[in-house]
Amino acid sequence: MVLIDGSRLIIESLARAGADVFVGYPITPANLLYRYAIMRFPAALSAPDEITTMQWLCGFSATGLLPVTATSFPGFALMLESINMAYMMELPVVVVLAQRLGPATGSATAGADGDLLLLRGTISGGHPLPVLAVNRLEDCWTIPPLALETAAMLRTPVVILTSKEMVMTQFSFELEKLSEVKPVNRRGCSCDDHYESYAPGDDLVPDFLPVGNSRHQVRLNASTHNRQGIIQHLSAEGLENTARLEKKITLNLSRYTRYHLDEENGADTLIVAWGNAALAAEEALERLRLRGEKVSLLLPNTLLPVPAEYPAIMSRYRRVFVVEENLSGHLRTVLFGTQGRNGVVGVNSLGKMITPEEIVAKVMGKNG
Amino acid sequence: MAESLFLSTKPLPFCPGCSHHLVVRHTAKALEQLGLKPLEVVLVTDIGCHGIVDPYFRTHTVHGLHGRSSALGAGIAAARKGGKVVVYLGDGGASIGLQHLIECARMNFPLTVLVLNNMLYGMTGGQPSSLTPCGFRTPLRPEGKLEPHYDLCRIVHSAGAEYVSRVNGTGDFSAALVEAFGIPGFSLVEVVETCTSYGLKFNPGQKTGEIAHNAGLEFGVWRNPGKSVFRLSLNTNRGSLFKESSIAVQWTAKLQNRLGILVGGSAGGRVQQAAEMLARASIASGLYATKKGTYPVTVGTGYSIAELILARQPIRYSGIEVPEVAVIVSPDGLSYSEGLLGEMKGGLLLIDEALNSPSTGAKVVTQPFVKTAGTKNAALLALLYLLKITETVPVAALLNEIKMASREGPEVASRLEKQLGQLEGKSDSNEVAKERD
Ligand code: SF4
Repeated sequence: MVLIDGSRLIIESLARAGADVFVGYPITPANLLYRYAIMRFPAALSAPDEITTMQWLCGFSATGLLPVTATSFPGFALMLESINMAYMMELPVVVVLAQRLGPATGSATAGADGDLLLLRGTISGGHPLPVLAVNRLEDCWTIPPLALETAAMLRTPVVILTSKEMVMTQFSFELEKLSEVKPVNRRGCSCDDHYESYAPGDDLVPDFLPVGNSRHQVRLNASTHNRQGIIQHLSAEGLENTARLEKKITLNLSRYTRYHLDEENGADTLIVAWGNAALAAEEALERLRLRGEKVSLLLPNTLLPVPAEYPAIMSRYRRVFVVEENLSGHLRTVLFGTQGRNGVVGVNSLGKMITPEEIVAKVMGKNG
Repeated sequence: MAESLFLSTKPLPFCPGCSHHLVVRHTAKALEQLGLKPLEVVLVTDIGCHGIVDPYFRTHTVHGLHGRSSALGAGIAAARKGGKVVVYLGDGGASIGLQHLIECARMNFPLTVLVLNNMLYGMTGGQPSSLTPCGFRTPLRPEGKLEPHYDLCRIVHSAGAEYVSRVNGTGDFSAALVEAFGIPGFSLVEVVETCTSYGLKFNPGQKTGEIAHNAGLEFGVWRNPGKSVFRLSLNTNRGSLFKESSIAVQWTAKLQNRLGILVGGSAGGRVQQAAEMLARASIASGLYATKKGTYPVTVGTGYSIAELILARQPIRYSGIEVPEVAVIVSPDGLSYSEGLLGEMKGGLLLIDEALNSPSTGAKVVTQPFVKTAGTKNAALLALLYLLKITETVPVAALLNEIKMASREGPEVASRLEKQLGQLEGKSDSNEVAKERD
């Protein structure tokens, strides 16, 4: 057994999965991720700010490297346009977003899960950005390689969503139980005599050749562009390419769908929790079952886009409690819209961890 | 038009008379002169009229965001082993991304930035940029720009760029480009132009060279001594982060369920280290543990709070609803925790004797922790004392952690062991530290 924080697991698993380079800059609570990456990644450097960070990363990515950064809301907000650029250019980048209490600087050293709706709207035009949450310590080991492979194979930025509680709290942990992490698959290109930078394959993802290669000309473009990567205004080919970006993320969703589901026979109550609230929900589930309640639990890792499995699971339950450490119910809004659904109840908090007892009380309450 | 290895034969997309024509042709000429092949070159363009030139180049082309092409180009250049990265940037882009240029100079990324300074933002209708000379008229500031400009070349030069030059965009400046492209690290060439569509129309009769001269922008070259070029090197043999060995179970804890402990002290009181040592000692005694810290932004002053959970079963939820045990060794720790201490309906509060006991439902035990061990080790002594009176985890397990923690560890441990013996035992407290079911 060791005493370990989530940051160490995340960085070690990313390094083993084949992440090449980390660019960091100062922000809490991503400090440990930065520190470990400097110690562990094949290459790591310090940038002066968020926009520089994301631009350097995209430059590295364009040459075929798999780059990673870690940030929190204020930094992510400044990276927004550059993340859109990576999305449009189809460059793999992994961003570990360690959430904290906002708005603005809020409480930099307090946890929160308040950035999911920002991530849903990150890509202009409403295109989906793959977002994977780490809910349990084990997820810090298994989710980062999945994020890296998704970024590489789908040629897209991917966000690993976590929080101060997971990346800074130390837990006793059995390293022996960790599964092996293998280097992820990377997108390549077998094109011998012809290459178009944005000609999609069967999975709607274009093959990848690095800029600067000596075989074929590569054109990357952050503006609306055609298959060759040449700027367009509103040509049918340009718009078709932009629409493809949306389709490739959703078409391949099953490749990066992960969730933990603990269903109990005969239960009509489902607890859905993510991030900081996930561990409290697991403990609440145990307490409820000890009291004879029939309850199921869904801890979704893949938060965006929403996998088809979730609505199917939730439709089996009369009552659904969505537990999350934000005021307005981000995941609840994502899953049920602003109108909600009969039997859907939010368990929310601001600036403090939701306790297992609060969840138990809500589920046991008459208003559920 | 003469055949170029680097350019398609299509006529360039710029307005008649625009100096962008010359920038593009001289770029191609200079690259050719240096013996480069098109696929050895990456052209990174920004937003502006020059940004539509990609299709005319036979090099790799990357078209990025407004003001960011130099940072994007820096990433590409740093990751490549050789070849050439050329970045086009307007004066607007240079204003937006000034920091990226300074970073390029500081880091000495291997690329050349051409700043196509036509003294206005053309694509957005003609706003002045930070490089636009005071008094210069643009479509959206027809009365003339009132604010001052800066000298980009001097800024980038003083940031350490090996080669910076400013040229008049109306002549043959390909020699300057050959020189700039030949620099192994970072070089920048500012080409002063007049936009025929917007600039000339609003500043009739003014020559580009005169405008530059009147604004104090001299044509010339500024050099710094060469320095090492930044290229990314990948070391895939870095050691694992799991080098530290597992904590072996050598002791037996008496704790049966779960105990939430709050430790409240001040910065400099080694509260976090003490709590971490107790967490490790607990693991060495067969328990599970979590530990987290809270402190103000000024880590060198003010409160320092640690939350510990020790449990017989694996811990999932790492929060403490209300602590079963609180250990308070400083006024900062007390004032931060007072609310929580008030919520304690039972359990144990260990508090330094110099502090006023707060109102709490916990059993209160006072001891001279600070007087005995000093501010630096008071938290550790208090935790040792906690173990002594509650026997949740063996005192020996924590002493062992203290011993292993540093070179002075053995000495600190033996001193603390002695000091612990000086504190009166309160064996009845064993009952007080009720474990949570
Ligand atoms: S608008 Fe001005 S800068 Fe743009 S191509 Fe025409 S003359 Fe050149």
